[in-house]
Amino acid sequence: MLTLRGISKRFGAVQALKDFDLEVHAGEVVALVGDNGAGKSTAVKSIAGVNPPDEGVIEWQGRAVSINRPHDAQNLGIATVYQDLALCDNLDVVGNLFLGRELRRFGVLDEVRMEQRSRELLDTLSIRIPSVRIPVASLSGGQRQTVAIARSLIGDPKVVILDEPTAALGVEQTAEVLDLVERLRDHGLGTILISHNMVDVMAVADRIAVMRLGRNNGFFDKRSTTTEEIISAITGATDSAVTRRQARKREEER
Amino acid sequence: MRRDRAAGDAAAQEPAHDAMPAVDSRLLVREEGLRGYLQEFSRKLRSGELGSLPVVVAVIIIWTVFGSLDSTFLSAQNLSDLSQQIVGTGMIAVGIVFVLLLGEIDLSVGSVSGLCAAIFAVLNVLNGMNEWLALLVALAGGAVVGLIHGFFFAKVGVPAFVVTLAGNLAWNGLMLQVLGSSGTVNIPSESIVSKLYSTIFHSPAAAYVTAAVGVGLFLAASLLDARRRQAARVPFRPVAEIVLRTAVIAALAFVAAYILNRYQGLPLALLVFLILLVVLDFVLRRTTYGRRIFAVGGNIEGARRAGISVPFVRMTVFSISGLMAAVGGIFLAGQIQSASQTSGGGNLLMNVIAAAVIGGTSLFGGRGSVWSALLGALVIGSIQSGMNIMGVSNAVQFMITGSVLLAAVVVDSLSRRSQKAAGRA
Ligand SMILES: Nc1ncnc2c1ncn2[C@@H]1O[C@H](COP(=O)(O)OP(=O)(O)OP(=O)(O)O)[C@@H](O)[C@H]1O
Ligand SMILES: [Mg+2]
Repeated sequence: MLTLRGISKRFGAVQALKDFDLEVHAGEVVALVGDNGAGKSTAVKSIAGVNPPDEGVIEWQGRAVSINRPHDAQNLGIATVYQDLALCDNLDVVGNLFLGRELRRFGVLDEVRMEQRSRELLDTLSIRIPSVRIPVASLSGGQRQTVAIARSLIGDPKVVILDEPTAALGVEQTAEVLDLVERLRDHGLGTILISHNMVDVMAVADRIAVMRLGRNNGFFDKRSTTTEEIISAITGATDSAVTRRQARKREEER
Repeated sequence: MRRDRAAGDAAAQEPAHDAMPAVDSRLLVREEGLRGYLQEFSRKLRSGELGSLPVVVAVIIIWTVFGSLDSTFLSAQNLSDLSQQIVGTGMIAVGIVFVLLLGEIDLSVGSVSGLCAAIFAVLNVLNGMNEWLALLVALAGGAVVGLIHGFFFAKVGVPAFVVTLAGNLAWNGLMLQVLGSSGTVNIPSESIVSKLYSTIFHSPAAAYVTAAVGVGLFLAASLLDARRRQAARVPFRPVAEIVLRTAVIAALAFVAAYILNRYQGLPLALLVFLILLVVLDFVLRRTTYGRRIFAVGGNIEGARRAGISVPFVRMTVFSISGLMAAVGGIFLAGQIQSASQTSGGGNLLMNVIAAAVIGGTSLFGGRGSVWSALLGALVIGSIQSGMNIMGVSNAVQFMITGSVLLAAVVVDSLSRRSQKAAGRA
């Protein structure tokens, strides 16, 4: 459904992305993993139109498209949860959830329906918020993150990109988000999930794309790979940290 | 892939396991009735959400002080005059409120107001153009000037205060050019601009009907909103609270109408100002465009990523500021019945910025309302009127107005700090 080919992006002296490829199909969860600074968020932002790539092709349902503004990505049906959330602190929860695609009635904001939908949406994510009418500035980090996730589900997305959605979440909320990812898949949406947590990744991903220093470093199928194999691809060592430790232990035992 | 509408929503709304009711003892549940109202009020105060409270207190103090120093201050005549005199400043301050909501500033509004008054006077009085057409050209001129500022700010990336500071000088120069050698153009008292300012509806019914219509609309809108909310099972205001709020507003409206009628009646300028405030308040709080202004004022990058065109919002807001400067300039010209080389100069710029900030609109963007233009203009106008009555010199007036502005900015900064501490900024 969404295909990236040969995407490159340079920030001054830093080549953040180089010949990066990625593919997501409908009803599939692709995990994007890599060390800090590997270029995962940069890849996400080039899909979302925040930082359009310098080179490369983005194909949407088999057709090359140009995504130069966040608006373009939204119109295609790509919804993104950014690592830095990008919420407006002065707006309330409802205002943030519907920002950019407010519901209207006779041309006027339909606050009642927006509030109703917000409550339903937040309930299913089992998030507790003091009130949907307080500014998001007064929410905790995890609550803000859940608001950002809920926001991506408003509208009619076909691909959802989650940049470290569970980084600030507690056990229960993380489980909810992982459930949500599975539900997105069951409903035929494509999902790109970025996470540093290998357990989460192995739990929900169908395929795993590894990035290293702005380049692809292997694609793995969940059914035929192991966590060790992925970690070694992330670190770029044929022998990963885990295998190295195991080897060291074996030596010590001898 | 399935194409059902809102597949994402449907996915999210399918509860994974029985979602437990989100009840948490720390949640903000308001107690019913008056007690809950007072509780919420004191919570808001403590967390620095002062809203328009400081300015209401300021008006009461100012009126008490001047009223006790000189009884003519609180006379129907002086208060009626005051309600007319604040319109020019208030109109320009409305534009400043829009710009402040973005977290920016417009330093050109004084010059722009003078320029637009001069455009009208020269076109209509000196060149005999139809007065409605001349008025339209003058207002359009203000909007275009604002759009030019907006272009340099939003598209070229020059800081707004530099663009508008340059504009302040340049448009003042253009005004002098437009006025030419004559320097001053008198506007006849039968001109539309003079009438706009000086017309007063002498029938007592005018003021009372206006008050009744305003209160009635407020009550109807509140009740309808509460009913829709109740039907949709989202929190709504209890009827008792709506009645209480309406009663407060009704009291204010009818007392004002009574005072105006004790003198000459309802001034047209005040009516126009109030209608404009209601309309623009609606635009800010109830339309997508208004929501976008707040979003850009709160988080530019967040707004951009939500698909909002930040340059469009910025350019149109500066254009609104220019337009409102023109409107204010027209009222000020109607007040003195002339356009002259000093139009839009003096402490006008300081006064309008002070009015917007004193009224409770934050300098830091994203918080405020157009009503602060009315409240702030009332404070500034009251101080000036009081000091004029007491024969205080301009020198002292400037110092006092400056101090009031500083005090307002201090309140704004402190309230922002305590809002930060309470997690609300
Ligand atoms: N706006 C920017 N300007 C300059 N350099 C940038 C910018 N954004 C990212 N970079 C650089 O691009 C590289 C990739 O950053 P990116 O944020 O994509 O990493 P990441 O894989 O998301 O890391 P993390 O796991 O820490 O989130 C980094 O070296 C970073 O310094
Ligand atoms: Mg990142």
